[in-house]
Amino acid sequence: MQQPALIPHLFRTEFSKITAVLCKHFGIDHIELAEDIASETFLLAMETWPYKGVPENPVAWLYVVAKNKAKNYFARAHLFREKIAPVLKHDTAQVAADIDLSEKNISDSQLQMLFAICHPAIAGEAQIGLALRILCGFGIDEIANAFLSNKETINKRLFRAREKLRTEKVIIEMPDTAEIPQRLHAVLTTLYLLYNEGYYSESQDAVIREELCLEAMRLTKLLLDNSLTNLPQVNALMALMCFHASRLPARKDANGALVLYEDQDEKLWNRTLISEGAWYLHVAAQGNTLSRYHLEATIAWWHTIKEDTPEKWDNILQLYNRLLQLQYSPVAALNRTYALSKVKGNAIAITEAEKLGLTGNPYYHALLGELYRDIDTRQALQHLQAALHLSKTQPEKQTLQQKIDHLPMT
Amino acid sequence: MKEFMLIFRHEDGKKIASPEQMQIWMKQTMDWIGGIAARNKFVVGNGLDFDGARIVHHDKMVTNGPFGEIKETLGGYIIVKADSIDEAVSFAQGCPILAGEGNTVEVRRLVHGDEIPG
Repeated sequence: MQQPALIPHLFRTEFSKITAVLCKHFGIDHIELAEDIASETFLLAMETWPYKGVPENPVAWLYVVAKNKAKNYFARAHLFREKIAPVLKHDTAQVAADIDLSEKNISDSQLQMLFAICHPAIAGEAQIGLALRILCGFGIDEIANAFLSNKETINKRLFRAREKLRTEKVIIEMPDTAEIPQRLHAVLTTLYLLYNEGYYSESQDAVIREELCLEAMRLTKLLLDNSLTNLPQVNALMALMCFHASRLPARKDANGALVLYEDQDEKLWNRTLISEGAWYLHVAAQGNTLSRYHLEATIAWWHTIKEDTPEKWDNILQLYNRLLQLQYSPVAALNRTYALSKVKGNAIAITEAEKLGLTGNPYYHALLGELYRDIDTRQALQHLQAALHLSKTQPEKQTLQQKIDHLPMT
Repeated sequence: MKEFMLIFRHEDGKKIASPEQMQIWMKQTMDWIGGIAARNKFVVGNGLDFDGARIVHHDKMVTNGPFGEIKETLGGYIIVKADSIDEAVSFAQGCPILAGEGNTVEVRRLVHGDEIPG
């Protein structure tokens, strides 16, 4: 690998490992210290490697430097004598020597960190931000880019989230086995949102978007690799992510414009990911759990078959019927209505759509524009214009404008 | 927003339907409930199994039932959110069991907490 690419790559993977281990070691109170030590370690790498050459084993080099920095810090710090020494009951040299950067401890620490960050006391957006920073090694710039925000806002959000971790005295540990399903619920929600942030992000940076998806999958894999958290709903979420990710290469054209599902070249769909997803879905079906992820993954599986068949849409409609009973969302309500149009025709779907009470939602109008297209062009035009007016992103506006331009003439 | 229970009453619970027919009814019911859930008005719902049902009488005597002397049987219920009894009734009017002659859907408002019914 070329040197310029090596450091950012290592940064992503190793920053999160070093931070998780150090934070686990010193406690959540010192979360910023753990981040700082990891950052300084990479700063040193960036300063010295270009001149002295990349060490033979860069990862080992990073771990030694991180340990030394931790040791030096605590040797000097007043904080250490006052707060940490009494807890750790070790001398200074021991503190650094005890830092365990073995593969096992890294994955354990990251998993525990995931549970700590997805604490119910922390706001959803802040959880995603913290997960990106601490568990995925994203820089503040990259997080700001992904959220279409600025560095100051993200820094403030992360600051408040860290404060909350401290005031809530969140402990970095695995929850009790009995508590896992409930705590897992929050973890899966965060991973689901993190994935969606990447999949539906309005950020123009395609690389960042795809990396958000891949990071969400990597963290989900972390849960699957531990027997305590390798549960049906986690497998179902992984299946869902695989099925959606299979379409990533086909979703954007060369200019970065969104390619709608109907217009995608299915030869670009990643068949390996589809098979992997099918395997996870199969594993998820064991046991009696039926989570929203089971239903959403099964819907996503049907969408891996491009051809429209009555069977496909009949199944998708039934799955949305059940999903909405488990958990309402406007997106699910609109998608269900689209499936209904495929099964029972546009006229029935229009009647149902108009009862949804979503007139402020651009996708509601986009759906009605589509359903009215061959029935009433004037209505179709009105709805597409309303959707265009309400839409917030450029790719969506483009798509809607194209639909307006292609309306059949009356 | 108030909550209402929509109670499905079947005129004759003894009628035996084929599995294919059952599947069609089930799909119709799910489409109906899905439409209510898509408006965020669905709370909970359950079908009630006829098989193995028992009636416990006032003298604690137990009979197989609810067949025999009682003509109507309960098939299930759903609880919906609605602004008024009229809206709840409009949901009930879409219930597919009404396709069966003699079947009814009873609409009753749920009484919560220390509220006095009436």
